[in-house]
Amino acid sequence: MSPVSHHIPEDIIEAYASGALPHGFSVVVATHLSLCDQCRAVAEACDALGGAALEALDAEAPDAGLRDRTLALLDTAPAPAPEPQPRGIFPAAVAAELGGDGPAWRSLGAGIRQQILVDRPEGSARLLRIPGGKAVPDHGHNGLEMTLVLQGSFSDHTGRYARGDVQVVTDDLEHTPMAEAGPDCICLAATDAPLRFNAMIPRLLQRYFRI
Amino acid sequence: MLDQTNTLQAARARACPAPPAGAVLRERGKNERMVSDGQTEDAERPAAPLSPPTEWLLAVRDQRDRGAFAQLFDHFAPRLTAMMLRSGMSRAVADDVVQDVLLTAWQKAHLYDPARAQASAWIYRIARNRQIDIIRRERRPVPEALKMESEETEADAQAALALDQEAAQLREALQNLKPEQREVIERAYLSDLTHTEIRQSTGLPMGTIKSRIRLALERLRHELKGLR
Repeated sequence: MSPVSHHIPEDIIEAYASGALPHGFSVVVATHLSLCDQCRAVAEACDALGGAALEALDAEAPDAGLRDRTLALLDTAPAPAPEPQPRGIFPAAVAAELGGDGPAWRSLGAGIRQQILVDRPEGSARLLRIPGGKAVPDHGHNGLEMTLVLQGSFSDHTGRYARGDVQVVTDDLEHTPMAEAGPDCICLAATDAPLRFNAMIPRLLQRYFRI
Repeated sequence: MLDQTNTLQAARARACPAPPAGAVLRERGKNERMVSDGQTEDAERPAAPLSPPTEWLLAVRDQRDRGAFAQLFDHFAPRLTAMMLRSGMSRAVADDVVQDVLLTAWQKAHLYDPARAQASAWIYRIARNRQIDIIRRERRPVPEALKMESEETEADAQAALALDQEAAQLREALQNLKPEQREVIERAYLSDLTHTEIRQSTGLPMGTIKSRIRLALERLRHELKGLR
């Protein structure tokens, strides 16, 4: 496994582990955990704290018959949902959002394509596919955005991002990410607000394409 | 005010009577039953260094031990019930979820690795996943499980013991927090399921807890490297 050099801040991992993170961002965190042992360890340490808090809770007796009913089900309970599996370049959390097939790429113009995975009031997540050597239009941000590289790589003035790396940006970053020459750069991007493009794609189109 | 360091050292001494490392190595033969009906597990295994819930879960994993499962049920069902009621579930729904969580633990025990999680942490995660699935009516995004190594080595056993000690100290540190600080953690991890603004997240507020988590992290990072 190639080392990941851009990680997710610990407070965001903690928000994921404790259940506070919206779905779209949770997809990004779970995907990064698949690719980064260091951050998986952070999440598992948070589970240890959750476990300690669970141990310390004052007990509430469950229904009196629940113990017997549960023991009686040990051999006959239906199998739990299968463990999520990765598919191709897509770790389990992305594969689960895609379902059985896809992605079904849809053009955004300028050679850039997308597949929306999550679209909710509290935030969205999508796959973006940028041809090698192309720039993503200048854009600023409105809220929090997390972008994880699944294939290829991109660079901007903050650094170079390859598979597993996550760029976390908030309100004030204006940047022009450039996909490196070579295979298409495929990213998983989650936001809690729409992107604001400064050039190339007019606002009207932005609404139409939901980017 | 209690001297925290001494308290923690005392806790460590209580939690871990420092057995020789070799004693941790587990005999996986059929004849060994870690816990049968659970009356006297300490007397039967004087060298058992892991916490009872972790031992029960291992007995479920390795021997499909129903007595040990019953012990797990008795230990965790009341705590899980309290956790589910805190998030606003009715008693009937809470009963269903608690049953589901513990049956899942029975069915997925083969994925349990004591070098990476105490029983309480592992069951916590199953419970939190189910709680989120039900309250948000969506499948919580999770990473794929790492593959388990087929052979348990002495290093694994030592890592499991070390993690167990860290977890005991984490519990102790949690107990020693001021009630309002502990409530922050309990609310975040056990009940509150509203989507928070990330930048308002205060993170873990307390130094002792943070240093305990950091130690657990070093242990886990080391463990995970071995699994690749």
